Amino acid sequence: MARTSSSKENAQALFHSLRSAYAATPVNLKIIDLYVGFAAFTALIQVVYMASVGSFPFNSFLSGVLSCVGTAVLAVCLRIQVNKENKEFKDLPPERAFADFVLCNLVLHLVIMNFLG
Amino acid sequence: MAAPETSTAAVPTLYTNNTLRNAFGGVLSFFILLLIGVLAFSIRLFSVIKYESVIHEFDPYFNYRVTQFLTKKGIYEFWNWFDDRTWYPLGRVIGGTVYPGLTLTAGTIWWLLNSLNIPLSVETVCVFTAPIFSAFASWATYLLTKEVKGAGAGLTAAVLLAMVPSYISRSVAGSYDNEAVAIFALIFTFYLYLKTLNTGSLFYATLNSLAYFYMVCSWGGYTFIINLIPMHVLLCIVTGRYSSRLYIAYAPLVVLGTLLAALVPVVGFNAVMTSEHFASFLVFIIIHVVAFVYYIKGILSPKMFKVAVTLVVTVGLAVCCAVIAVLIALVASSPTKGWSGRSLSLLDPTYASKYIPIIASVSEHQPPTWPSYFMDINVLAFLVPAGIIACFLPLSDASSFIVLYIATSVYFSGVMVRLMLVLAPAACITSGIALSEAFDVLTGSIKFQLPGVTSNAEVDAGETSSDTSEAQTDEVKAEKPDDTSKNRPSKKSKKKERELAENPPAKATAKAKAKAEKKRLLALPLEASVISLLLLVVLGAFYVVHSVWAAAEAYSAPSIVLTTRSRDGLHVFDDFREAYAWLSHNTDVNDKVASWWDYGYQTTAMANRTVIVDNNTWNNTHIATVGTAMSSPERAAWEIFHSLDVKYVLVVFGGLIGYPSDDINKFLWMVRIGGGVFPHIKEPDYLRDGQYRIDSQATPTMLNCLMYKLSYYRFVETDGKAYDRVRRTEIGKKYFKLTHFEEVFTTHHWMVRIYKLKPLKNRIRGKAKKSKSKTSSTSSSKRSGTKKKNPWL
Repeated sequence: MARTSSSKENAQALFHSLRSAYAATPVNLKIIDLYVGFAAFTALIQVVYMASVGSFPFNSFLSGVLSCVGTAVLAVCLRIQVNKENKEFKDLPPERAFADFVLCNLVLHLVIMNFLG
Repeated sequence: MAAPETSTAAVPTLYTNNTLRNAFGGVLSFFILLLIGVLAFSIRLFSVIKYESVIHEFDPYFNYRVTQFLTKKGIYEFWNWFDDRTWYPLGRVIGGTVYPGLTLTAGTIWWLLNSLNIPLSVETVCVFTAPIFSAFASWATYLLTKEVKGAGAGLTAAVLLAMVPSYISRSVAGSYDNEAVAIFALIFTFYLYLKTLNTGSLFYATLNSLAYFYMVCSWGGYTFIINLIPMHVLLCIVTGRYSSRLYIAYAPLVVLGTLLAALVPVVGFNAVMTSEHFASFLVFIIIHVVAFVYYIKGILSPKMFKVAVTLVVTVGLAVCCAVIAVLIALVASSPTKGWSGRSLSLLDPTYASKYIPIIASVSEHQPPTWPSYFMDINVLAFLVPAGIIACFLPLSDASSFIVLYIATSVYFSGVMVRLMLVLAPAACITSGIALSEAFDVLTGSIKFQLPGVTSNAEVDAGETSSDTSEAQTDEVKAEKPDDTSKNRPSKKSKKKERELAENPPAKATAKAKAKAEKKRLLALPLEASVISLLLLVVLGAFYVVHSVWAAAEAYSAPSIVLTTRSRDGLHVFDDFREAYAWLSHNTDVNDKVASWWDYGYQTTAMANRTVIVDNNTWNNTHIATVGTAMSSPERAAWEIFHSLDVKYVLVVFGGLIGYPSDDINKFLWMVRIGGGVFPHIKEPDYLRDGQYRIDSQATPTMLNCLMYKLSYYRFVETDGKAYDRVRRTEIGKKYFKLTHFEEVFTTHHWMVRIYKLKPLKNRIRGKAKKSKSKTSSTSSSKRSGTKKKNPWL
């Protein structure tokens, strides 16, 4: 009994501290996080659609899901490189990080357009 | 670089000394790399000099034919090409079953040269593609090893790769096969992966994915990359070397790489459905979990983190078990657990010999013998362990990758002799590291003890201050164990040198004295260093001599032209081309030729005739049909060939001149493969005391089979005794006639024999009154007897 209540308190305290820590992150990082969440959500919708309707043009399904996952991954990489708390990327100007992000997305979407069918 | 502000005389000379030395080193490296490229190209030209500029072996002829088609018809026709001149009557979808990298590369080079009005023929471009790409491969090795250990190790590894016999064997001028470009793509992909790992730049991650795409286009061995890199990522995570650079190096590669691999028609949806790729997806999920854990750890306090861990573990474990159970059920439901036959035979070397005789019969798929290691990588075989140790001092992400690479490639080279080729770059890299470290220690000892160096204060201050700057960067390195890149400290060391110049010199000399003392204790005795240096150079000389010998004598044979040396000089056997030329001049364009699958590619490429089976060996039943026909008596074989519309049968026979790779020696595979599909072919029928024999002790089934008859028809007329020089015995049945085939051509040295199927007689005899030869009696018994047994009637 005491364990469950303490675990419930713990869960609440955990949730609280997570929330306050996340609120402290800078706005540009939060925007990137929002983009990642959006991309992941889109991928989820596509998977649910495929599960309900069938996977007939499988290459279309694959390219759709992988484009969402891919752009989410690239956005996470951008976030890693732009985050000021990361000591490894101190020397990297954020413009360079964004340029790399754009280039990689370009290549990704070129491949997607080719594979979409 | 801004000029230093202090006015001590030593510092500007230190600066200019270092920059001058760097500049000189850079120019020297450039010229050395140029020479290495020229060396790699020219050592592979022996076959062109000794024979002629001709395409070697069997597989390259298919690639050559595809390249010819590409250059004649263009790329759209190439993608949609359905080849009806092979695997008659099935045909082969070339666009969807060939790895296009090699042919597209050669086609592009040809098109580029022709548009510049340099009129090279397609054959010349194909013959010389491999040496050019081996030069590129040695430059890629330089870049790769530079990422791991530095430029000195890079140059050593590059020169070792330019000459390693194992790589030469698959990339001589004329060996126009997938490995020619694939090894370059492999090394280049690994280089870009390590560069991304060291710098954490997304740009290099993109380039890495594109290089991986080129590798998928070129060779089926790309599965090695897509399994090795996840293994390395897992190793880094497990040993606590996770960093955000690892995430940037791996995650985009998986997504982009899978997409790009799915673009290639040969791979298609296999990129997401076969077990060979599952490791990459699994590690993809794992690295996301680990990254998330690290992120949460970063933003929470330690107490809260512990709470989070307990919560997640209890909930997550249950979900994980459910997901894994579902996955295992899915994979276990397929009979091969989702792996292809060739990959399974890599993991379980006995698999192929038990279940798929075709894979077991290819000579390149046999395990190598011990001497072949020394033949193929020579001196590197015992430099590799030293290199592995050098990789551990200090251990970085890049050097742990090299250790993993060499360990896995040694295992796989032990399974299949063809994969010694994948071992070669790994062996060169590790040996290059070992040699370079050894040279560093020895030359450092010599330089330290040469008279005149320690007394020169200026140079001493210059050296030791640069050493102290290195010591300071070492301290910086020790503070951040994750920061293991070689490029970043160079920027920091320049900053430190500037700071050092502004520090009071007293502090520098105190540190310099400590460093000098440490160096003095580490230095080896002068004589020992000099002798060891000389011995290492002699070791390199042995390696060079062996490599050149191997390239000239062992690996330059085009195998379509044979030569021997006799007392009268050089004797050339050009029988294969003679036979193919006869076929192309004396038969109709639509005639079908049946032979064992080894000669399929050459027949379609050189004789331009439709064949039944060829080296692609994708249809086991079709090959078993031809094998059954070769193992059956004449009448049954005639029936099988007639049902396939065959007009000519081609056999290779080496008994007159002693050529050991002829069809009688390959006969056991025809029986085994045929017997694997058609049970009326039983291997014990052909064996006497467990051996295949063709002399007087041979079994009657053997003496009656088509292969025996077609090989030894009229053989007794050559020397009167019918002595087979390969089997070293006289044959069993010397005088016989062929009833269903007629001989149309035998080459000069009896190496290739071509027979034509006789058409059906208009009148069929009721009963065979005369039985001149055993064949007519067996054929009559077959006619009257069990039609049910023979599936072709």
